[in-house]
Amino acid sequence: MRYDIRFSGSGGQGIITAGILLAQAAAIKGGKNAVQSQSYGPEARGGASKAEVIISDDEINYPKILNPDIVISLTQEAYDKYAVDLKDDALVIVDTTMVHEYDNKKHKTYDVPVIAAVSKELGSAVSANIAILGAVNEICSIVKHEWLLDVIINNFPARAAENNKKAYNIGIELAKKALGE
Amino acid sequence: MAYNYEEYIRKGRLPHIWCPGCGYGIIMKSMIRAIAEMGWSKDETVIASGIGCASRLPGYLDFNTLHTTHGRSLAFATGIKLANPALKIVALGGDGDMSAIGGNHFIHACRRNIDITVIIFNNNIYGMTGGQYSPTTPLGAKAATAPFGMIEPDFDLCKLAIAAGATFVGRSTSYHALPMEKLFKEAFSHKGLSVVEIIAGCPTGFGRKNNQKTPASMLLWQKEHAVTQKMAEKMTAEEMEGKFITGILHQDTSKKEYVENYDTVTGFKAEGA
Amino acid sequence: MERERKFLQGNDAVALGAIYAGCKFFAGYPITPSTEVAERLAAWLPAYGGRFIQMEDEISAMAAVIGASLAGVKSLTATSGPGMSLKLENLGYGYMAEVPCVILNVMRGGPSTGTPTGPSQADIMQARWGTHGDHPCIALTPSTVYEQFSQTVRAFNLAEKYRMPVIILSDEIIGHMREAIEIPAKGELEVIDRMMPACSAEEYKPYDNSQLVSPLAPFGAGYRYHVTGLNHDEYGFPTNSSKLIGLQEERLLLKIEENYDDIVQTEHFHCDDAEYIIFAFGSSARASKDAVLNLRKKGIKAGLLKPLTIWPFPDKDIVKYADKVKGILVPELSLGQTVREVSRAAGGKCKVEHIYRVDSEPISPAQIEKAVEAM
Repeated sequence: MRYDIRFSGSGGQGIITAGILLAQAAAIKGGKNAVQSQSYGPEARGGASKAEVIISDDEINYPKILNPDIVISLTQEAYDKYAVDLKDDALVIVDTTMVHEYDNKKHKTYDVPVIAAVSKELGSAVSANIAILGAVNEICSIVKHEWLLDVIINNFPARAAENNKKAYNIGIELAKKALGE
Repeated sequence: MAYNYEEYIRKGRLPHIWCPGCGYGIIMKSMIRAIAEMGWSKDETVIASGIGCASRLPGYLDFNTLHTTHGRSLAFATGIKLANPALKIVALGGDGDMSAIGGNHFIHACRRNIDITVIIFNNNIYGMTGGQYSPTTPLGAKAATAPFGMIEPDFDLCKLAIAAGATFVGRSTSYHALPMEKLFKEAFSHKGLSVVEIIAGCPTGFGRKNNQKTPASMLLWQKEHAVTQKMAEKMTAEEMEGKFITGILHQDTSKKEYVENYDTVTGFKAEGA
Repeated sequence: MERERKFLQGNDAVALGAIYAGCKFFAGYPITPSTEVAERLAAWLPAYGGRFIQMEDEISAMAAVIGASLAGVKSLTATSGPGMSLKLENLGYGYMAEVPCVILNVMRGGPSTGTPTGPSQADIMQARWGTHGDHPCIALTPSTVYEQFSQTVRAFNLAEKYRMPVIILSDEIIGHMREAIEIPAKGELEVIDRMMPACSAEEYKPYDNSQLVSPLAPFGAGYRYHVTGLNHDEYGFPTNSSKLIGLQEERLLLKIEENYDDIVQTEHFHCDDAEYIIFAFGSSARASKDAVLNLRKKGIKAGLLKPLTIWPFPDKDIVKYADKVKGILVPELSLGQTVREVSRAAGGKCKVEHIYRVDSEPISPAQIEKAVEAM
């Protein structure tokens, strides 16, 4: 078992945090090998950035992803830049709040508009990165939901726990819809 | 009564490197008397310096002594103080060392208000390298690299220290051996960053080129141009022209000392985990 | 402290390793991609009886670290290329005055400001020869998050044991990537403290030329001595004696030469029967390990020689393989620094080839495999 997962978006959307949380859940809760790395520009906000997570039963050496199994894009710029070099059977998850042009013929592409949903239901897009984790994990079943939620809750102050749980579940529900369930 | 300097001077380290007529020996002796009066033990005292004539001083004295890189004595001293705040630290250097290459360390040490005494030996010139102009060479004065006279305006080191946040700033001259000793004691007693500027003559590098041909004439110049705060208050601007004020120029005891404040703010635990 | 599995960033592992080694002082200046080390230690040190300071520049950070160490405290600074260039002045002072301390350089591109957020391995020669004059050098090259931790502990040990600054050469990828590591329990890794003088204050020679390393008394402990960046005598006082200058200069290098086996650490992966050796460190070693596994699957006998000590250069390991293998490949994120040393050590006994990337991206396993296949 090996997943090469690439999260992409714009600086400030929390995609690096999302990658770290997923890798942490796999490594600490799941006992898997997991490596997280990132690539970003000089800007703390804006620009296109990516966080890469490799989860594997085997040792992980080269830490970068050459051909991803899963690509998640939260912005158009990130989609255009980072939804590339995919494995043939790779799948793509896009947030159609901000990604409007994508090719779902070559790769199975799931539309989960988490930013719009989280903004509407929780009053701010801040936890969209948590929602996307719920969506990705629902679609790909990478780790147990409870492990990932546990890691999410432990990584933030207690007051954020309720909000994050809600965001995570919003992601799961959007994913179910995208899966046609 | 002859003072027993031998107690503080390392055996076999003299003669010093300073030229005949240099004012630095007078400053060293005043320092020794002030430290002795403070009752600082030799083991708890650290003298740090940078590079230059003044910076050779620590080697002659029987303390924990550190002759660092050019201009950096305050940066080394900051590390020492943070590692062991019980140590009494004097950082010294010349005008070039402290205000040119070490200028950044100087202003930031002043800003932090770390409990160190800075002594600047200001002879208005780079002496060790042969009399090149420094940030305190007066406008128009001749130097090895200012053959047409100094073109750049000079620093007032005391004003610089006050502006940067030093909580004790004073000035004396190598002529005023006893007031200088008293000023050192006041600086040593101050909790926080104290700066003492000592105006000293460099007969070899500065005097020769600037109509102060003998060491005695340089001392005389210091005597004639130094004015105490009290005297200055009674003098007109015209009378003050070309003169400088000596004694304590600034003292503020309200600002927190850096290391003490660090420990309070961070919850520093001396024993550790 | 119990053994603990943690998911950590490489830079965080350096900070944790420093605390494990007993580091009680950090002075630094913000610079990408090393700043996380400063941020962690600013938060953590006070609880461990240590202090942190952000200095006014890189020069003063290096100076403060040396000052703190002279006061008896294990000290660390962290930086990247542009900052390392500024630290070189006082790094030289550290070698001359023989003051233990650790400097982390998380390598990014250059010259000058380069690419702050991209990896590089082009500061190898700067580490060795950056500061002026002849001088010793110990530099370590971790390639995993665990090694960021363990090599930091080792860096402190070597610094304390040999009374000198020790450099850790990491890179942006290793510094910023995250992996799960087992934090060793207290006592599991050796922690070495500097030797203290056993003699009286009168007899104490901080720079005794009759032994390679002299004990180092902290300022304030009753051993009053002089420290200077000038060539000095056995008591630390400046000297113009050509005999003493010569003795001192040679002793500084002998400390390293005579203790090569203690300082040099390398890892050998599938090297025993290898026909091709890949010599790689840091992030390039990670790609090389994958390349070895892939090449082996294709029936090509490749092995990885990974130095954890890059200075002193692991000549003995190169010599060991040079006359047995068909070739040595050196992949590095530099236009050719490490490869020169490998060629020198191999002494013409085998082919030595070089591949690189200097576009702020890492070398991939495929690039390495292709190069080995072409050898």
